[in-house]
Amino acid sequence: MLSYVEVILDNISNNEEALASFENVTVGFFVTCIVDLLRPSVGFAALHLLKAAGFHVEVPASQACCGQPAYNSGNESSAIDIARQVISVFENFDYVVVPSGSCAGMLRKHYPRLFASDFIWLDRARNLASKTYELNEFLVDVARIDNLSSTVSKTCTYHDSCSGLNELGIHKQPRALLTKLEGLELKEMEEADECCGFGGLFCVKYPDISTRIVERKVNNALSTGADMLIGGDLGCLMNIAGYLRRMGSSMKVFHVAEVLAGMINDPSIGEKEEHA
Amino acid sequence: MNTASTEFRKRVRMALADDELQHAMGRAKGGFVLNRQKAIAEFPEFHQMTDAARDIKDHVLMNLDLYLEIYEKKVLENGGQVHWARTAEEASTIVEGLCRRSGARKITKGKSMVSEEINLNEKLEKSGMQVIETDLGEYIVQLASEKPSHIIAPAVHKTRNQISKLFYKHHKPMGYADKVSERKEIVQQARSVLRNHFVESDIGITGANFLIAETGSSVIVTNEGNGDLTSVLPRMQIVVAGIEKVIPSLEDLSVFLRVLARSATGQEISAYTSLYSGPRANHADEEGPEQYHVVLVDNGRSSMLGSEYQSMLRCIRCGACLNHCTVYNVIGGHAYGSIYPGPMGSVLTPLIDGHENNTDLANACTLNGLCRTICPVHIPLPDLLRNHRTQQQRRKLTPFTGRFFFAIWVYLVRRPHFYQIVLALPIWVLNRVGRKSGVIKRIPLANGWTNSRDFPCPSAQTFQRQWRAEMRKFNA
Ligand code: SF4
Repeated sequence: MLSYVEVILDNISNNEEALASFENVTVGFFVTCIVDLLRPSVGFAALHLLKAAGFHVEVPASQACCGQPAYNSGNESSAIDIARQVISVFENFDYVVVPSGSCAGMLRKHYPRLFASDFIWLDRARNLASKTYELNEFLVDVARIDNLSSTVSKTCTYHDSCSGLNELGIHKQPRALLTKLEGLELKEMEEADECCGFGGLFCVKYPDISTRIVERKVNNALSTGADMLIGGDLGCLMNIAGYLRRMGSSMKVFHVAEVLAGMINDPSIGEKEEHA
Repeated sequence: MNTASTEFRKRVRMALADDELQHAMGRAKGGFVLNRQKAIAEFPEFHQMTDAARDIKDHVLMNLDLYLEIYEKKVLENGGQVHWARTAEEASTIVEGLCRRSGARKITKGKSMVSEEINLNEKLEKSGMQVIETDLGEYIVQLASEKPSHIIAPAVHKTRNQISKLFYKHHKPMGYADKVSERKEIVQQARSVLRNHFVESDIGITGANFLIAETGSSVIVTNEGNGDLTSVLPRMQIVVAGIEKVIPSLEDLSVFLRVLARSATGQEISAYTSLYSGPRANHADEEGPEQYHVVLVDNGRSSMLGSEYQSMLRCIRCGACLNHCTVYNVIGGHAYGSIYPGPMGSVLTPLIDGHENNTDLANACTLNGLCRTICPVHIPLPDLLRNHRTQQQRRKLTPFTGRFFFAIWVYLVRRPHFYQIVLALPIWVLNRVGRKSGVIKRIPLANGWTNSRDFPCPSAQTFQRQWRAEMRKFNA
């Protein structure tokens, strides 16, 4: 198994001023259940980026999922229980960073909604919301990361995952970061901001609809002629990569954190390990 | 799975397999979306205008009884009559009664979704009256014995080829020997056929985009001008409208007109905006109907007032949420099985028709949030759909097995350390199965995924496991 911990990111750094000002700032890293279970490398990539930007990062052991599956399937009381737990664990960090627009949106937009009639928890939820960021927006808007000089000689296309785009307005940030990489050419696909058909449990509840939507997404991506599809939400990427692999396409799929951290020589999502 | 759900899935499968439908939907989507984008880019005040539109609607909904009373008073002053209908059945009965008592034989109709909602055509036809839809899209759908599949473009699911065949079949007996296939010819032929109907029509029935309290007017916005002919030529005009359509003044109307057309079709303004305020005065030379009736339909609307769904009453039926909905665009309007399709329909239908037969509507949605972003009156459609899901859970309308697995999952998520222990093994197994090829081809219980997609192979250990083992090195 690959060890991601010993990777040293020479290519990423922040300016002196930023480094000095972030020295005592602690970021709580919310891994997200899907990164934790299915693709740890995304988590490690994110940690490296945060560290290189100058932050002290902690990863609480007492975390599993943000509760979105419960919330979106109408299990409000379970979602509230889970939200309370996440709030308690993360509320004392200076920032909370999440490598997913969807889960960050849950913490930021929906936790306050869950506690609309519980004033004490509403305050706590709002407090957490005010310091929660999706990874890309954090790196650009807060960390103002300066120097990303890895070389990625690839033509890429970017899929805007819906929650990040529609709930948090994330669109410019990942592009700003990616275009700093040397050699990377970004080719926008048609309907880049359209849903990929993942939708959490939707993709297994309504597989026919979901498949047709991901087919359309994949066709749009392939038409760009890019070698690589990049996105910010692992759920969507699993869906897109799963469909690409089934149709036998060799287009690689990576989480944006992995690309920024220069991990693109490792197997992409759904790609076999060379020596396994 | 209940029968309604089985039916829904059947309709979805049919829609996905219908090449003509897929072709028609693919083309329509691009047009609507791009035109709207352009129209908004050219009108920087658009977003301000939508805030204003929302605020006006909210104000009206807070004072709905007041504005409806003012509106009614004005209509009466103008010489018209107002009828109140609590249910769909009541509404269609009132209209049918008006038509029957006036001895009508032929009725022309402008496009009206609320008349679909109250099943008006069937009711009138049962009483032996001939009903002719005069909006081109509605006319096409009527010829095909179908229902509209879109709230502003009723025949959007049809290709030109299908329309051409349909016209040939129905118009040939009327003496139109040639098959028309160009858009222009199709429109022309429809005009020519409809012209006779307009002249012979006894009663014109229209919907209303807005009702103006200040003046007692009803407003219709169209691109074909058929609404005018429907309203003005016959001796009686009947306007059927939901009670939420009322707005205070003409000034407010100007706000809505500026957001409606841009959101709906991407036009700056629709071709025809007509106001009707009552019957003609008693001068022989004046145009207009001798009698003017307004039927105000509640049908579940008043119970939305003051509820968590009140914002849905702001809807101006622009159709933008349909045009932008990823799911709508692949399954089309008919698959929903309800009068109102797409996001707005999925919110509205269970409120009008009950949850029991409509459980899929709120669930067959990826909650991607785009509809909320584009809705010109800022209806939080995804939140309302999620509310529906919560209602279904509370009433245990969802399958038991789903709820059972869910309970286990919640139990684990709330105990993160135990969660790690329990999930270590399945993750390791998945890794063993898939690591050679990078993917897993089939996972029992997850056929929904693996029937059409590979499942990318997970790492052998969770992030937390790997991290705990090595975090010291990272922090060093
Ligand atoms: S919900 Fe909003 S976007 Fe959809 S039809 Fe109504 S007003 Fe238009």
